[in-house]
Amino acid sequence: MENIYLIFIVLLAALLGFELIRKVPATLHTPLMSGSNAISGITLVGALVASGGDHNWLTTILGTAAVALASINVVGGYLVTDRMLGMFKKKQNK
Amino acid sequence: MSSIELIINLAYVVAAALFIIGLKLLSHPSSARKGNLVSAIGMFVAVVVTLLDKQIIDFHWILLGFVIGAAYGAWKAKKVEMTQMPEMVSLFNGFGGLASLLLGWATITGMHLVSFATTSEFVFLTVFLTILIGGITFSGSVIAWGKLSGKMNAKAVIFAGLRELSIAHLLGFVAIGYLFVTQPDNLVWLYASIALALSFGIWATISIGGADMPVVIALLNSYSGIAACAAGLAVNNTILIVTGLLVGASGLILTNIMCKAMNRSLMNVLLSGFAKPVEMGEVIEGEVKILSAQDAFYVLEAAQSVLVVPGYGMAVAQAQHAVRELQSLLEENNCTVEYAIHPVAGRMPGHMNVLLAEADVPYDLLYEMDDVNPRMENYDVVIVIGANDVVNPAAKEMKGSPIYGMPVIEVYRAKSVFVLKRSAAAGFAGVDNPLFFKDNTRMVLGDAKDTINSIIREFGDD
Repeated sequence: MENIYLIFIVLLAALLGFELIRKVPATLHTPLMSGSNAISGITLVGALVASGGDHNWLTTILGTAAVALASINVVGGYLVTDRMLGMFKKKQNK
Repeated sequence: MSSIELIINLAYVVAAALFIIGLKLLSHPSSARKGNLVSAIGMFVAVVVTLLDKQIIDFHWILLGFVIGAAYGAWKAKKVEMTQMPEMVSLFNGFGGLASLLLGWATITGMHLVSFATTSEFVFLTVFLTILIGGITFSGSVIAWGKLSGKMNAKAVIFAGLRELSIAHLLGFVAIGYLFVTQPDNLVWLYASIALALSFGIWATISIGGADMPVVIALLNSYSGIAACAAGLAVNNTILIVTGLLVGASGLILTNIMCKAMNRSLMNVLLSGFAKPVEMGEVIEGEVKILSAQDAFYVLEAAQSVLVVPGYGMAVAQAQHAVRELQSLLEENNCTVEYAIHPVAGRMPGHMNVLLAEADVPYDLLYEMDDVNPRMENYDVVIVIGANDVVNPAAKEMKGSPIYGMPVIEVYRAKSVFVLKRSAAAGFAGVDNPLFFKDNTRMVLGDAKDTINSIIREFGDD
């Protein structure tokens, strides 16, 4: 039953994703990609438990490496997206 | 469910809602920056609340990993040039894939001997998928990064037996996958899965040429999200599933847009290395008419409306700031300047838009292909900067052309066309461009930035 429930979430999230992203204009596709780099850093949440849990040393090392990699995506992704979006300006009416 | 678990899961709902609102705000340039901030707050909530998890007993390693990752990420985000965005996104796709792979691996190593018997096969299947997709994303992204940054030859690497090699990989996935799921405590299958996934990512990407990179980056972007989703299924974490899929959907939509813009199916792009090169049915012959920068200036000075069509060559020549300066001079001269951007111009979706935004070109002057094509006849001059295939009339006129059927910006219908090009050789795809021989086309040869700067100087002398 648990698995059916997870597949249900998968289905709804995928549909929602398609609906949302379709509305992003072509001009913002690069920030969208760097922004989704940042969001895919959500793996960090899973890695935290692997890194900080009561595990053997191999698991701790793998988990910590995953924390580091996911943090690169989260921090780097959001910062570079913000930097880029700050450049988009509307024409000023003289 | 304990009260801490309840708090964590409620916070995940809030985080997911913030991600969704963030993406919704991304639907317009004026609200996009706020959207990015909302999304970042969502991430912050998800991470902080996860630290409450009672399984976490030691914060030293977490802190170490986070500090290293955050420092590198912040440094990279600050110093990256806008022209290098395709490489950076590609590299980050790879990091995302590798993080998921390691998480999947850690899930197996973290299990006690007894839990191998009690854990359902569904979990092992999702771990396998995490490792598979994560591994392909990682090695594929590293190859894409190498090609985009010029560390590797960007040309498609093709050799005999590539097709057999790929089929062997696919059969291997099924076999190793079955062995891994049925004997998860035998680590040999785990390592075999990792090796096979990494190997497949390399071969699948190495056979794709530089001009098809927008599709590859978008697809790998999608994979990095799907890998996170698979990891979420493996560790039973809903926020990973939901957000991973948002990213997966985003990448797939972009992939689809890129493919449509090239009039090719995804399979055709991914397998292009396997096809024989298309023989040109017709030989294009004609005389190229050369124009000096000075003569180009005289025409531009008299023009009322100008359309600029940038391509990857503009990024290579770093000409976007010069283009912007020329725009101001033309506008002072009572000429309207607009930009037309083809979906696959550059090396990633939206790359040209970011470069022009960096050079202070207002985003409301940037038009999509379908907006400018109906009114192409109205433009006095079209300036093509470092673009070739996306303005190639062969896509419309020549049935034998490899790009026949691809939607292009129909610049040849404008009153006159200036093509800024380094030399009069064929462009990236090796397709001869009949545009160069049209009566209304003039070639301005030389480095695009130097050419525009010469025209700007002429305005100054005037």
